[in-house]
Amino acid sequence: MKVSVNWLKEYVDITLPRAEIAEKLTMAGLEAEVVEVIGERWDNIVVGQITAINPHPNADRLRLATVNLGTGEETVVCGAPNLTSGDKIAFARVGAQLIDGHSGQVATLKSARIRGVVSSGMVCSEKELGISDEHEGIMVLPDEAPLGAPLADYLGDAILNLEVTPNRPDCLSVIGIAREVAALTGQSLHLPEVATDLIGGEEVASLIEQQIAVAISAPDLCSRYCASLITGVKVAESPRWMQQRLLAGGMRPINNIVDVTNYVMLEYGQPLHAFDYDRIRGKRIIVRRATRGESLVSLDGVERVLSGDMLVIADGERPVAIAGVMGGANSEVTGETTSIVLESASFNPSSIHYTGRTLRLPSEACMRFERGIRAEMTLPALERATQLMAQLAGGEVARGVVDVYPGRVETEPILLSTAEVKRLLGVDFSLDRIVSALSSLGFDCQPAGSASAVLVTAPYWRSDIHLAVDLIEEVARIIGYDRLPTTMLSQPIPRQNPEPVIGLKREVRHRLAAYGFQEVITYSLTSLEILNKLSPESHPLEPVLLRLANPMTVEQEYLRPNLRANLLATLAANRRHEDGTITLFELGRIYRPRTHDLPDEREVVCGLLSGSGLEKSWQGRDESLDFFAAKGVVEGLLSQLGVAASFEPGLDEGLHSSKQAAIVIGGQRPGVVGELHPRVLANFEIVGAVYLFEIDLVALLPFTTAHKMFQPVPRFPAVVRDIALVIDAGIAHQQVLDIIKGFPLVEQVVIFDVYSGEQVPAGKKSLAYRITFQSPAHTLTDDEVNQVQEQILDELSRELGAVRRG
Amino acid sequence: MLEPLEELRVNALKELGGINNSKELETWRVRYLGKKSGLTQILRGLASLPLEERKTAGARANEIKAELQMGLSASIEVVHRRAPVREEQIDITLPGRPLPIGHLHPITQTLDEIGDIFISMGFQVVEGPEVEWEYYNFEALNMPAEHPARDSQSTLWVDYETERAERPMLLRTQGTAITARVIESMAPPIRTIEPGRVYRREATDATHLSIYHNIDGLAVDKGITMVDLKGTLYEFARRYFGEERKVRFRCDYFPFVEPGVEMAIDCLVCNGAGCRLCGNSGWIEVLGAGMTHPEVLRRGGIDPEVYTSFAFGMGVERMPMLRYGIDDIRLFYGSDLRFLRQF
Repeated sequence: MKVSVNWLKEYVDITLPRAEIAEKLTMAGLEAEVVEVIGERWDNIVVGQITAINPHPNADRLRLATVNLGTGEETVVCGAPNLTSGDKIAFARVGAQLIDGHSGQVATLKSARIRGVVSSGMVCSEKELGISDEHEGIMVLPDEAPLGAPLADYLGDAILNLEVTPNRPDCLSVIGIAREVAALTGQSLHLPEVATDLIGGEEVASLIEQQIAVAISAPDLCSRYCASLITGVKVAESPRWMQQRLLAGGMRPINNIVDVTNYVMLEYGQPLHAFDYDRIRGKRIIVRRATRGESLVSLDGVERVLSGDMLVIADGERPVAIAGVMGGANSEVTGETTSIVLESASFNPSSIHYTGRTLRLPSEACMRFERGIRAEMTLPALERATQLMAQLAGGEVARGVVDVYPGRVETEPILLSTAEVKRLLGVDFSLDRIVSALSSLGFDCQPAGSASAVLVTAPYWRSDIHLAVDLIEEVARIIGYDRLPTTMLSQPIPRQNPEPVIGLKREVRHRLAAYGFQEVITYSLTSLEILNKLSPESHPLEPVLLRLANPMTVEQEYLRPNLRANLLATLAANRRHEDGTITLFELGRIYRPRTHDLPDEREVVCGLLSGSGLEKSWQGRDESLDFFAAKGVVEGLLSQLGVAASFEPGLDEGLHSSKQAAIVIGGQRPGVVGELHPRVLANFEIVGAVYLFEIDLVALLPFTTAHKMFQPVPRFPAVVRDIALVIDAGIAHQQVLDIIKGFPLVEQVVIFDVYSGEQVPAGKKSLAYRITFQSPAHTLTDDEVNQVQEQILDELSRELGAVRRG
Repeated sequence: MLEPLEELRVNALKELGGINNSKELETWRVRYLGKKSGLTQILRGLASLPLEERKTAGARANEIKAELQMGLSASIEVVHRRAPVREEQIDITLPGRPLPIGHLHPITQTLDEIGDIFISMGFQVVEGPEVEWEYYNFEALNMPAEHPARDSQSTLWVDYETERAERPMLLRTQGTAITARVIESMAPPIRTIEPGRVYRREATDATHLSIYHNIDGLAVDKGITMVDLKGTLYEFARRYFGEERKVRFRCDYFPFVEPGVEMAIDCLVCNGAGCRLCGNSGWIEVLGAGMTHPEVLRRGGIDPEVYTSFAFGMGVERMPMLRYGIDDIRLFYGSDLRFLRQF
């Protein structure tokens, strides 16, 4: 909300610099900022009066204006069409800073000779003063402008912009902000004087009840409806000061009637609506729910189709306004209007919010109603507006007001004790201090029969006070949050039971980073287009997906069912500027729908390896990446997590059918490792092989070893033997390994060579193993080792047809 | 018995005198001092001698062993000093052999760092579902349907309808949804820190994302007050942003706390003088907090008459942006490795 400081000054004395006021408001909950200062550069500009106008001797379109400045006279050359003798104007002396009407730049006024006549000064337009873009003529000041006074004193102003939180609709008004300023600076408040006797004060005026009847048939949505009636008004432009304040508040001036309703809304925070009385059929106002399919052309000329849960203001025959949201064109105040029904009502905030949102009609009125305005606000605002309207548009005010108030609730006082304040704030404030803070905001504090408590009633404009904690916040913010001390929690630390998966995630991330992987985080919303790229076939995948009902874009329409799609897209994007080795991973959630329940959100880690291998060094080391590089990462990771895994041929459609393995842990297959299918890579426009691993961490969790057990360090030396075998090419290393490992004394088996080609018969391959023999009980002799080794070779020969080589 | 000992000594010392390389020294060591050396065998054989002889011979054998060991040490030194140093030149300005260096994502680092600060103050990490019931995201937090505070949190709804044609499943808009679950599922005393992704239906620009991270936190116990809230959050600010930062607490509004608090630090760029980063205010908002609203506690089954509580929540991306001077929030999830490798 934007507020003019001058306007604010009408209700509260501003005793501090503007920036300090803004600071105090900000600290107390209303973020405020001085956004504009009017007249900041108005040195050397004073109020003057034109005393004579003479023709320019050398130019037809220019005239010479003689201006009385109080202390003397100046004659200047002026080309404005609206120069009138007797008008008060803003006069700039030489040296003044003015905005050039054409270039828009600030320039210093100099003495000039214009067509032979010296002109030392200037009569200013609004644009030259920086007030508006108006540059057609000079700005004419009201007659009461004090002659000779600096213009900054008379017209200078500053605009405060305030971020009003949703709980404080009362601060969506100048008076509301003035109340805050008064409480925060210790000043008193002066409210506009409303002559209540104006409404129906004159005996001759007719009673309002005889001229309009109001009925509320939906009291749940309208707790109070007040109306006044003014006849014989003259619709015209509203005065300049009012228009300016409306503009500063972001509202467009319309005419004196509508402007008064908006002005009082900005002033009091209570939205009002003016109907053309003569267009109200049946002279009846009915506040009711719309009937289904009922429609109304709103003030903006758009036909609005209403639903049964929207509230309308209707006359005897039809809706004339969408309650609290926008008036209807059929009852709009026009130039011909002579009689006004002025509405000031209290509507249900949720209903107004729903209607405004559904019809997409956010308005100043809507914004205030939906935050909840107290029903008690209706009457003061109505009286003020009625009086202003009568002043500005003339006419006769009918006697009395209509006040239908089915939703009256008595506000119960709240008991507030010093103990409760201390329990929440941690500071022992005296009752006097508490009462003084609350009183400054207009709260009524009555004795509660104890020296340490009071009964507090919130003022009628506050709709956000329901509990003792609400009062405690008021106390705290008036005293100042910065005045409260700071302490550390003194209670014992609660028992900790963190979810094991949290620790696992952290460990996996750190390990993969230690292996040289770069972590990425990608959006968890994705598109069908990207997901379909994961299929090597032309037919799209049909995964069960979780779709959004209102996605922002098609790129973010589905919750991701895997991490690999985004990772491949990430790789492809980085390949545009990088061609070395890229190894990256993401650890995050994937989402699987469940019937009538929240989806299964599973923590998954996915990694990609792509490129030539280790970074090329000047020493020429270069190892290329392959399936086994990816498998090595998985094995290393799982081993460090204490998980025993084996690998079996995998069935993942997105991977190369023969270069992939399912990770088998405890009979389950929580992951996969393999080379991406070339067609999938082609879909992502990635060149070169890419290797992937994926592990479901939730499935992995039960198999991670919580406790590692100590193994004694061997006391007796080991014996190492290398054996090379020639074996059928179709036999897997694992088969050999299982046999060797089955023998006693075998401590470790490492395969260090796989070869086929020259010197090995066709259909065969050579495998070389390094076997470490060790006994926990004694030093092994050659004989012992030879014996086991022979047994191993025998069994390999018998079971797998292996022949020792060389 | 003494005779072979003396003979062994003489031979050993004579041989040692002629050695001038370390390989021969090792052979010598094995021969005269090793487990299978003559000296060791003599020492082992001592047990079979008569007592008197054993004493004399044993003493002498140990003397000789010490003498030989000293001789060996001296020779080793001499040999090493005499050994020629090969004058091989290397260019020490050539780079070392590169190790693959991985990096954690800056947001992961931030989540860990902030989490660790609170863990050290006795808080425990708790997570919750990202796809959430409307209840935990809004109602449980005093934000019923049509509450105006919902307007600032445009919501992404999941395409799921109940039999009554309601659409109660959403992508959580605030980490505070986890707080609502914690209040419901845990018993006091509670101290939790709750990291996670949140979602908003918003257009993306340099300072806004539709998917980002929140960290929320909660403390519930008897006797927790607003000065504890200030102390805890002040400690966080001091440790994350540094000792020299000023911290400001002001009143703010969040439906689930009362009194409500906003914490700001003085601007890291202008130190409070006012600049573009801080919108000329000199202050940068860091988090929202407050004393947990009694209704929120009551709804979760905690008696607000017995327990008091504070809660807080912050946007995570903002923290590394402030610290590293990152001017575009989209960089975090653009996954450009040239950006990510900097952290």
